[in-house]
Amino acid sequence: MNTLLFLLQKEYRQIFRNPTLLRMILAIPVIQLTILPLAADFEIKNINVAIVDYDRSTYSRDLVHKIESSGYFVLVDYNGDPKASFGYLESDEADVIIEIPEGFERNLVRENHEELFLSINAINGTKANVGGGYLSQVIQDFNQEIRADWVFRKPNKRSAIAEMVTINRFNPLLNYQFFMVPGILAILVTMIGAYMCALNIVKEKEVGTIEQINVTPVKKHLFILGKLIPFWTIGVFVFSIGLFLVARLVYGIIPVGNVLLLYAYLSLYLIAVLGVGLLVSTYSQTQQQAMSLAFFFMMIFILMSGLFTPIEGMPAWAKFITQLNPVTYFIEVMRMVVMKGSSFEHISRHFAIMLGFAIFFNSWAVWNYRKTS
Amino acid sequence: MTGEVAISTDKLTKRFGDFVAANEITFDVKKGEIFGFLGANGAGKTTAMRMLCGLSIPSSGQATVAGFDVYRQTEEIKKNIGYMSQKFSLYEDLTVWENIRFFAGIYGVPRSEIAPRAKEKLRQLGLYHQRNQLVASLPLGWKQKLSFSVAVFHQPEIVFLDEPTGGVDPVTRRQFWDLIYEASDQGITIFVTTHYMDEAEYCHRISMMVDGYIKALDTPTALKQNYGAESMDEVFFELARGAQRKGD
Repeated sequence: MNTLLFLLQKEYRQIFRNPTLLRMILAIPVIQLTILPLAADFEIKNINVAIVDYDRSTYSRDLVHKIESSGYFVLVDYNGDPKASFGYLESDEADVIIEIPEGFERNLVRENHEELFLSINAINGTKANVGGGYLSQVIQDFNQEIRADWVFRKPNKRSAIAEMVTINRFNPLLNYQFFMVPGILAILVTMIGAYMCALNIVKEKEVGTIEQINVTPVKKHLFILGKLIPFWTIGVFVFSIGLFLVARLVYGIIPVGNVLLLYAYLSLYLIAVLGVGLLVSTYSQTQQQAMSLAFFFMMIFILMSGLFTPIEGMPAWAKFITQLNPVTYFIEVMRMVVMKGSSFEHISRHFAIMLGFAIFFNSWAVWNYRKTS
Repeated sequence: MTGEVAISTDKLTKRFGDFVAANEITFDVKKGEIFGFLGANGAGKTTAMRMLCGLSIPSSGQATVAGFDVYRQTEEIKKNIGYMSQKFSLYEDLTVWENIRFFAGIYGVPRSEIAPRAKEKLRQLGLYHQRNQLVASLPLGWKQKLSFSVAVFHQPEIVFLDEPTGGVDPVTRRQFWDLIYEASDQGITIFVTTHYMDEAEYCHRISMMVDGYIKALDTPTALKQNYGAESMDEVFFELARGAQRKGD
């Protein structure tokens, strides 16, 4: 116990004497969490549309007007020349071409049926999908309006329409930031914890001070605890700044669920993630190696965590990897507790799994840390 | 000086792949002795010392340090020795005082004893006024003296010094040897490697390592006689001339 106190005192002294480290601890949550969610906004606006109108009728103009006024589209061109429109698509000035065929109005009225042709620039798949989706919706609305018009004019020719009514639960305004901020905060805590912890130990290897420690009778687990505890407190601190300062003041996000539950999970999670950092440090001799190794894991941890892309949409093997990724569970818990107000019963499985990760990584790290080579 | 043995090795060997860094080295160090461990760069001195300190497990052979086995009782050995590595390895971002306190603490020196003993030690070293300075700001000679003090602060049975005076000016070197004698007078066994042949003369007994082997082991006077040499320098040249390994 006494030994641990000496180790902790030394570690905290070094941390408080390191201005770069202190600045990072403050700047990372404040700056990154303020900037990143804005960039990670998947809401798509300003989709550029070129319309080739062969019909030039009242209906076709109505449709164009409707598309324009939806707020999602910018009309870059309106003409009767498909070549010109395709030019826009090629030069990336347009994302979608809509072709309104000749006789659009006539066929609609007479045959009750007409086709529109959409040509979408699918280089950015998400934008193409979302843009196409918005357009279909606008066109559907247009359809209904025409029908309503007919029903009004010819009351005997009724057509049944099943209308959909949607309520957006847990995030009624579909505010993308409510979804991203808790996730990004989880990533920041992970990076700070794992990187700083790994680099700190490897630095002692590089400078040679670890040899002076290894030649003392200090127990391995005490030395590792002496490293784990300070970085655990840093992790909690960074998380608190992110949650109370940035998420609340900048984005107005106030967790619906119990904040203490969030902290309980964070505590366990940090132990697991610091275990990863410790493990990286035991396999690296230089800070450069540790950085590369940590970077390798971070890339996988971030992209395979469901932060940006829904896990449900991944192929089976990728889903399997996400299940081995501790970050996945923390992001899930963050979103569940912050947005849905989930309670302990809902995330007890997450607790159990994280406990497993914590034990696994830390035991491995202690086992692989050699005082004697 | 009693007849008790502090360190005893029997055909102690360390291999790194095909390279035999220390080859069947056998010697005894008596309690309270100042034992000089000499050899050219790359002769295997540091490797041998690291095995004795419990930092490196031998490939074969036997050795006991302070009565403990170097294979199975490395942590017991560590309780009874002090170690000063070739490369300065105290914390540069801690002060003189904090370094002493930290290492005393993790060696288990009782809390109440640390402050008075540290004060006395620093006065002795003439470092008392610099006690609140960061170690990074000290000149090398002072750093080395501080390292030595940290290595013996917990009053170990044996202290291992790996080239403690490398790169240090002659006056400081002289002072450093005063510290070594003082520790020896308190009954601490000193195991020291050095390149300086004048320092070899200060040792009670010395061993000469060449290419991983111990080529000679005796008192400085006896060695000079055996090789018909005027000084230790000549003895060293005589022995090291045939070395295959070139130093760095």
